[in-house]
This record gives sequence, structure tokens and C-alpha cells, in this order.
Amino acid sequence: MSDPILSLNAVHTDIAQYHILQGVDLAVPRGQVTMLLGRNGVGKTTTLKTIMGQWTAKSGEILFDGQDITRMPVSARARAGIGFVPEDMGIFHDLTVEENMMLGCASGPLDPNRKAWLLGAFPALGTFWHSEAGNLSGGQKQMLSIARAMAEDRELYLIDEPTKGLAPAIVSTMAQALRELKAQGASILLVEQNFSVAKALGDTAAVMDDGRVIWSGAMAELAENNDLQERLMGLSMEAH
Amino acid sequence: MTAAPDHKPTFAQISLIEQLDKALPILLVPILVVLGFLAIGAPSSWLTLTVSGLAMGMMIFIMASGLTLVFGLMDVINFGHGAFVSVGAFVGISVLIALGEWTGTASLLLNISAVFLAVVAAMAVTGVMGWGFERVIVKPVYGAHLKQILVTVGGLIVVEQLIHVVWGPDEIFISRPETLKGAITFAGAAVEKYRLLAVGVGLVLFLAMRMVLRRTKIGLIVRAGVENGPMVEALGYRLRMVFIGVFVAGSALAGLGGVMWGLYQEVITAGMGEKMMVLVFIVAIIGGLGSVEGAFIGALLVGLMQNYVAFLEPKLALVSNIALMTAILMWRPQGMLPVVKAK
Repeated sequence: MSDPILSLNAVHTDIAQYHILQGVDLAVPRGQVTMLLGRNGVGKTTTLKTIMGQWTAKSGEILFDGQDITRMPVSARARAGIGFVPEDMGIFHDLTVEENMMLGCASGPLDPNRKAWLLGAFPALGTFWHSEAGNLSGGQKQMLSIARAMAEDRELYLIDEPTKGLAPAIVSTMAQALRELKAQGASILLVEQNFSVAKALGDTAAVMDDGRVIWSGAMAELAENNDLQERLMGLSMEAH
Repeated sequence: MTAAPDHKPTFAQISLIEQLDKALPILLVPILVVLGFLAIGAPSSWLTLTVSGLAMGMMIFIMASGLTLVFGLMDVINFGHGAFVSVGAFVGISVLIALGEWTGTASLLLNISAVFLAVVAAMAVTGVMGWGFERVIVKPVYGAHLKQILVTVGGLIVVEQLIHVVWGPDEIFISRPETLKGAITFAGAAVEKYRLLAVGVGLVLFLAMRMVLRRTKIGLIVRAGVENGPMVEALGYRLRMVFIGVFVAGSALAGLGGVMWGLYQEVITAGMGEKMMVLVFIVAIIGGLGSVEGAFIGALLVGLMQNYVAFLEPKLALVSNIALMTAILMWRPQGMLPVVKAK
């Protein structure tokens, strides 16, 4: 692989007394969607939070665009060009949808063209533009979380289970939004439990188990090989 | 991009009772004022007590606003906040004493200029002191509430002793500038001029804070930070810098409150800030920790309640605010206007 946008080399992370990441090696190719897969509790979310700096890596190295960001503060990582959509969405409930979107633009006001594009994709956000975000439904909050991350151009997006609990029609819209984001040149590292979404979106995949990446390669190769899926994740995609 | 299916969402019809429940904390102040009128009976006494209560409330709000934001933003319980009140009072009153010629003449311009300079000096000193306090005392104990209580109380004691060293152990009596002495008569009621000034300053400050918090990007970051600090940082904002700014501003406001409270009482002591902290904490708690609007309403309720009860039943004055806090927390355990905190 040539010049990945993000590389993790032997990254270890502890949370309290637990040794969660036990030497993660991962490369995210530039301009592609990389799926981070694996069973629950294997360290996928911790990996994203360690990349973002919300958990500090105990050892190892994280390189973003060739720059060592292992000890960099969270805000500096975001300003360097990493967008983050956490599993809990991170919505500010007391603020309006508009204010949430404004916060997505750390470097200036929300670009009108960008706003039009995002509201075209997620019309509900326009309907509730001046309403408190806490009043939105779960799906609308997820849309807001993703739209807020997209409010500014970022080189890399870390997205944690964006389709969890959403209706199929909304999942389809999310997937289309992520495709368009990729078409604009962004790289995406996506944690996803929905295998059909993973198969449809992913260019490459990395499978984790016990705090390590145990397999990485083309998503198509993983999608076509049920034996490999069962060996890596305990069940095949066809089971979903 | 393909649009998500538009299911034409509609807005719920909110009943009058539901709307009233949301607005009730705001309505509590006028309700208390009306109840005070009915209980006191004499309009002139009621007006005097109401202005006095509002003035007291405004000054408590000035002191409490910084404390509630600091708690909301960084989860820091600062029991040393009272130190800024005391230092602000001593610095401000020292400036007023030094400008004795300005305060002793019956010139409104000179009197107000002297008070203005005293306030600027007090806020500058307490602002710098707040910066040092955060760096030296608070920073090492982030995330540890018990340690925060211990070290900030320790900081308060040290500062009080330093005041004794610099200004001596005795209380200092001060008289207000000439044009701020006395009262004006309105509708048969005597209303102290200084109390009107305190109401005006408090109101302007509240509106300014509200405007900054609601209409500016920095205010937006502060409000978001109160709710979910880690997410604000993940969006690219240096919340530590924002917090230091809020801590410094909160300390400077406490200093302003100290000057105003000193002029209100016409006497200052090293322990005055510590004594005020009881009321300041009551206000921050019943308002909803982290909520400036809640602190404002809470401060007015505390000020009015204290004055009305002291007039009607002096023996109950000391417990009136504890009773108020108990009643409000039984009604709304998170305070009147709680800030939603991310889990």
C-alpha cells in the first residue's frame, strides 16, 4: 500500500486496569473507505478514540498524513483534519440544530453551498433547524452527528457505527452520503456491524480480535469468503 | 446526494400547562414579588424591600455566575471562589480610600469615576489571581472532587491570611461616595440610591453575559462545553483555553461582586467572601449547576426571600434560603434550569 493517510504501529491502550488495545497495526489508505470489523468488545471503539486522542496510547505510534500525532491533544488532531462521529453521537442537546452545525465549523462560518448540500441530504435537519437537538429522534440525531462532522472539509473521518438502530431507508441515505464524501477525496475509517453496509461501502477492511488487528485486506475478498469470515468473526456475513 | 425520505414531521401541540411548567422558574420571581406584596401589605415597605432584595440578588448573581460556569464547564467545585470576593473588596475599597477627594465631593462624575476605577482595579487583580489560582491550585486536581474541595478551601484560608498580612486583621469601614448616599422617595417609599445602582449593574451584566453566551461563537463553545466537553475538543476547540478564560472572567466578576457588596454593607472583612459562599452555593444549586440564567433567577429569589422574611419574621430570616433551596430541590432535583450533561 502506498502512502496511507493514517497508520497505527503497535498501539497499546489501557483503560483503568484493562489492557484493551494490545498492539494494533492498521493502515488506512488515502481516499478509500476502510471498514473496521469484529465482534463486540474487541477494541474497535477504543481504536477510534485512541486515534482521536480521547484515550491516550500507552505505547506505539499513530501517524496521520506522515505526522506523528500520538501525543497530540484532541483538538489539535481535529484541526489537523480528522473528523469524528462517536458511537453516542455527541450531540449537544441544549443547543439548536443550527448551533450544533455551527460548532462543526471550527475554522469559520458554515459555507452556504456546504449547508445546502447537507440539508439536501438530510431534510429533517432543515425542518428542525431552530429546534433544540435534544428533541430530535434517534435517527435525526445520527444524521446531525454525521452532518456536523461533514460541515467542514476533513481529510479523514472516524465514524463509529453510524447505522446502529436506524431504519433501512435512513441507512441507505447515510451510505450515499458517505459515498459522496469519499468521492470528494476524503478517507473514512468506519466501524460498522451491519455487514451489508460494510460490503457495499468498504474498499478495504481490517478485522479485530482481542485488541489486535488479525486480518486486513480488500473488503471484496472478505465479503466473498465465508470461511474467512467465520474464522475471523465467528460467523459469516450471510448470517446477517 | 439522495435525500432521506421526508416523512413531513410535525411539531407537537404543547399544552398550556406544559408551557407553564417550562416557564415556571422564570415566573417564580414575579410570583414571589406578588406574594411579598400580599404578605407585607404596606406598598411603601414592600417597594423598599423589593428593591433591596433585587439589589442583594443582583450582587449575589455577580458572584455566583462565574462559579456556576466553572463547575458546569470543567466539573470543578471551587470553594475558594470566596477569596476573590474578599480580595476584590479590599483592592476596590483601597482604591476608593486613595481617591478620597473624589468620593468626598458631591460630584456624580467624580464619584462614579472613583467607583469605576475601584471596580477596574478589583477585577484586574482578581482576574490575575484567578489565573494563578487555576494554574497552581485547581489544575493538579481536575477530576478529583474531594481533592478539589480540600485544596480550594486551603487556598481560601491562605488568601484570607494574606489579606490580614497586607491590610491588617481589623475590619475596614467605608462610607459610600457622596452622591450614592441616601435615598430617593418614590411612591412614599424610601429607596436607597446605591441599591438602584446595584440593580442596574446586575441587570446590565446579566444581559451582557446572556448576549455573549447566546450570540457569539465563544458563548456557543462555552455552552457546548458545559454539556459535553470531550466532544467540543473533538471538533477542534481548545477547551482548556476556554476554561482558563472562564475561570479568569468568573474570578474578576467575583471581585466586582466583592466591591459592590463591600459598598453595600459599608464594611469589609477578610472572611466576607467565605460568608457569602453559602448564599452563592445556594444560588448555583437551585439555579441548576452550569446555568447562568438559573443562577440569575435563583439569586433574585434568594435576595427577595431574605428581605421579605427578615421584615415579616426576623427569626426565620436565617433559615429562609435553606427552606427555599429545599423546596426547589424537592420540586426540581437538578435545579430550576438544569444543564443537560453528556453521560
